[in-house]
Amino acid sequence: MLYLKKEDYEKILAHCKEGLPNEACGLIGGTIEGDKRSIQKVYLLTNIDQSNEHFSMDPKEQLAAVKDMRANGLKLLGNFHSHPESPSRPSEEDKRLAYDSKVNYLILSLMDLENPVFNAFRIDEEKNVTKEELVIE
Amino acid sequence: MKVTVAGEKKEIEQGTTIAKLIVDEKVENPEYVTVTVNDEFVESDDFETTQLNENDTVEFLYFMGGGAF
Repeated sequence: MLYLKKEDYEKILAHCKEGLPNEACGLIGGTIEGDKRSIQKVYLLTNIDQSNEHFSMDPKEQLAAVKDMRANGLKLLGNFHSHPESPSRPSEEDKRLAYDSKVNYLILSLMDLENPVFNAFRIDEEKNVTKEELVIE
Repeated sequence: MKVTVAGEKKEIEQGTTIAKLIVDEKVENPEYVTVTVNDEFVESDDFETTQLNENDTVEFLYFMGGGAF
């Protein structure tokens, strides 16, 4: 189960809305205790593709985020990105480009701006997708 | 010699290249990993020839991207 603070969800939501019409992205860092994965910090990164259909994280920002996590005793729990015009589920490209089976992939759908949908997934090496319970509190 | 890999201090052989380190560290899907040495990004074409030096700091970063379709 993945836990996200309401204030961090609001940061992600604002970042993704500001990024429209393009996809927005970022990283999540936190702690792991057994099955409980708690997001302690979100990192709002630049989508260098500047596209409404693709995203690539800025590698320099990615490096800075990873170093910040380490400095703060956090682990890389995964990443998030928005789908401005499609549902909150991994696309074929998302699955193809998911190289780390140990992290969570979070997708925020803004198809209906008044009712954003945010889901968390795992994608294994065979590209099987499992939805993980996301608790926003 | 001593280097730091993903935040952990390691002892590696003199002359170790990035390519060898990727194998030694059992990095998954290495073709999609970006490598930095002392915060400088190294081109993947140079992994075989770039030798690490004492006290280098190495990071492995997975490419993170996707799309809507």
